[in-house]
Amino acid sequence: METLRILLLLFLIICAVSVSFSKKLLVSVVIYMAFSLVMAIIWLILESPDLAITEGAVGAGVTSILLFVTLKKIRSIRTEYSEKEQEEE
Amino acid sequence: MSKRNPDYENSFWQKFAMWCSGDYDPAKGKFEMKKPGQKSKGPNIIGKLMHILAQEESIYASERDKNLRTFNRFYIIVSVALGFLLTILLLVTVSQLPRFGDANAPENNEVARRYIEKGLEETGAVNIVAGMILDYRAFDTFGESCVLFVASCCVLMLLKEKKPEPEKRYDPVNSAILQPAARILVPIIIIFGIYVILNGHISPGGGFSGGAIIGTGFILYQTAFGFEKTGKFLSEKFIKVITVLALSFYCFAKSYSFYTGANHLHSVITPGTPGAILSAGLIVYLNICVGIVVACTMYSFYAAFRRGSF
Repeated sequence: METLRILLLLFLIICAVSVSFSKKLLVSVVIYMAFSLVMAIIWLILESPDLAITEGAVGAGVTSILLFVTLKKIRSIRTEYSEKEQEEE
Repeated sequence: MSKRNPDYENSFWQKFAMWCSGDYDPAKGKFEMKKPGQKSKGPNIIGKLMHILAQEESIYASERDKNLRTFNRFYIIVSVALGFLLTILLLVTVSQLPRFGDANAPENNEVARRYIEKGLEETGAVNIVAGMILDYRAFDTFGESCVLFVASCCVLMLLKEKKPEPEKRYDPVNSAILQPAARILVPIIIIFGIYVILNGHISPGGGFSGGAIIGTGFILYQTAFGFEKTGKFLSEKFIKVITVLALSFYCFAKSYSFYTGANHLHSVITPGTPGAILSAGLIVYLNICVGIVVACTMYSFYAAFRRGSF
């Protein structure tokens, strides 16, 4: 259990550092999702399952979806639609 | 008899009444934004601009480069130093915190003891956390729900688009994974959310967690099947009405409970048998209210960010 906890904490640190070093915003958001998932497991180990549920739903789910949508709005992510639009232009 | 103001047309109250009915806008002509300039019709303007920029570049290049380089070096040094300082400060603070589970720690005072010893008896909630946040500190939670509601209103105000864009853009992508997965997952997610809300006073979880789970379920449904199908059961008006109803029920129910409790009056709300699904007084209903508010807020955030309307 102790080794698992240390491994998870190390993973958190790696995630936090690699968010700032990744060049693409999309990759940053995906790493942030991974951070939230690991954080949820750590909450579970720390015996607060209610926080784990909330972290899983809000941190890994809703926040990253909102970030994805924002990236799409500022045209940082390419979709089929935007490519078609560009071709038309 | 009231005296007639001869200058009634220009009086303050007349203007106020007109402002209320929408005929008069005191800010008109003061805060209006200028229309963005016409798009450049050819390479002419851009060429001129480039020319000017190039001229400036040649004049200031050497001087600015030197300044820029010194600024960059300064910036790197200061940011690294600040980062180290903050890290050391936080590590020192953490090392001086009382040990986990220390009996003499300042947070182990009579308030926490009261919650742990008398919580079950006074609130009837097996889950102590639910008993605390929805009974002893219910008005905190009410404030939080109101903050969520106000936040969703503000997001809608900022991002609302008057003319909905062509509907085709928001049609979901037909894929072999998304629709079948959503068809199986959405009911499970929503039922799990309802389970978490209804068992908030018995098992871990509660209104906020369950509401967030239901909200993600709605978002998944929208992503897979589009705004048209989601709008059939989650229209803007429905979300507004149900959120306001939930918040006002919360406010009145908890006001009643606090009023009778503070004045030692007889209250119809009883803790009931701990562990039963309909026990713990108001906590179940308050959990449902908080869950409704959170789920609607999550979905309306997503809808506002995605399309600007529901």
